[in-house]
Amino acid sequence: MLKKRIIAVLVVQRGIVVQSIKFRKYLPVGIPEIAVEFLNDWGVDEIMMLDISATAESRGPNLQMVSRVAEKCRVPLTVGGGIHSLEQAKEVVSRGADKVTLNQACLHKPDLVSRLAGVLGSQCVVASVNGIKTASGQRVYDYLTRRSVTKTPVDLAEDLVKKGCGEIFVHSVDRDGSGNGFDLSLIQSVCERVNVPVIGSGGAGRPRHFVEVLKKTEAHAAAAANLFHYSEHSVTKTKADIVRSGVSVRHDTHAKYSGNKLDKVGRLRRKPDAILESMLFVKIEKEVI
Amino acid sequence: MRTALTTLGYQKISLSCEAKVIDRADAIILPGVGAFSECSSNLRKKHLDEILEKKVVQKGAPLLGICVGMQLLAESSEEGGQHPGLGWIPGKVKRFDLPKKYAVPHVGWNNVRPVGSHALFAKTQNHSDFYFDHSYHFECSREHVLAYCQYGKPVVAAVRKEQIFGVQFHPEKSANNGLRLFRAFFNLFG
Repeated sequence: MLKKRIIAVLVVQRGIVVQSIKFRKYLPVGIPEIAVEFLNDWGVDEIMMLDISATAESRGPNLQMVSRVAEKCRVPLTVGGGIHSLEQAKEVVSRGADKVTLNQACLHKPDLVSRLAGVLGSQCVVASVNGIKTASGQRVYDYLTRRSVTKTPVDLAEDLVKKGCGEIFVHSVDRDGSGNGFDLSLIQSVCERVNVPVIGSGGAGRPRHFVEVLKKTEAHAAAAANLFHYSEHSVTKTKADIVRSGVSVRHDTHAKYSGNKLDKVGRLRRKPDAILESMLFVKIEKEVI
Repeated sequence: MRTALTTLGYQKISLSCEAKVIDRADAIILPGVGAFSECSSNLRKKHLDEILEKKVVQKGAPLLGICVGMQLLAESSEEGGQHPGLGWIPGKVKRFDLPKKYAVPHVGWNNVRPVGSHALFAKTQNHSDFYFDHSYHFECSREHVLAYCQYGKPVVAAVRKEQIFGVQFHPEKSANNGLRLFRAFFNLFG
């Protein structure tokens, strides 16, 4: 059975991973390749690296950074930011990215989606759609002009699927950096309209938010950035909670946290004394592959 | 790919389309990036079909095809029109035709169920998760199937004919399970 995916997003500004808050404030987090190394070890299913300063500075993708990150990545890597031509996309893929994601190009030159899908295969093209609530409902948000456009996220997603993209990444601007949970209605509205996998994003603050979006919508994957950066084993603990709720995800890291409960804010609770006692002399053999 | 193999300690890895380099190899990995038609026409343009035919079919070098690399082993694919493959494993590559609730492409981690017990899966547990990402799938007779996964119907996940292997999933993107599979593949040939 196909598992639901938990995706870590690295928002990168001028070569540094940052925490984005409502697309306005950015706090530094760290170096991309180090983040990737840890996320891999903690059992993340996929990594998306979005360079938000590329298009803003009118330059292409940072290829050296892609190489450095790909070298540490043993799960699929999607790269976005600054990709405006087939050549750039090919370059990014040859540096070790498995997929590319387009955001600005989806708005301004959607034909690029079909060109990339034709050459690289549609499984390689992830279309990114930012949605924002306006007085007249959800609208697509253009992060460069900081304005909403007249098109709705659902219509844009449908167009992009017709152009041949293989996945839709739908991100809520209102929930970005809030930690208040995913925008379920935005995500579900896109899922209902398209027949490609949908990745829901924006607002994850607690493990239960993942359970919510994966149970209440038809999203194939849920993505988060900030949540995964600030605590040890963040992905593993989140997955332990998701597995407990009955949603099927890949959970095969050595530490499984199956005996641990999380408290309301997602911190680990201490195991009972009897269990700790029984663990005292467990010998753990390191697997040699 | 290189990262995965160097993690396992293999040092003599070359990425090449030259006859001389390929001829010296002990084992060959045929990865696939892109659409089938692109891959198969590039293969012919660079005369890789002839080079590989000589090395793999005539001299018997072990080969592992990955994703589109596996699909290239088939006789033909219907991705973007009808295109011929290498034809080493009898079978055809077809687009998924699934009930509406199954999104296409088939993307994500799915558990792989080996048929019988082949040494390629000796190091991984039954039902280990591997990463898939494809819209077309390999259809062939059961005798060549090494493993299936389930996505609306049983989908061929691994094929084999003699020393020619193919996997639909991406071992190089499947974390530790992928490394285990690579190790098992190389162990097959010492």
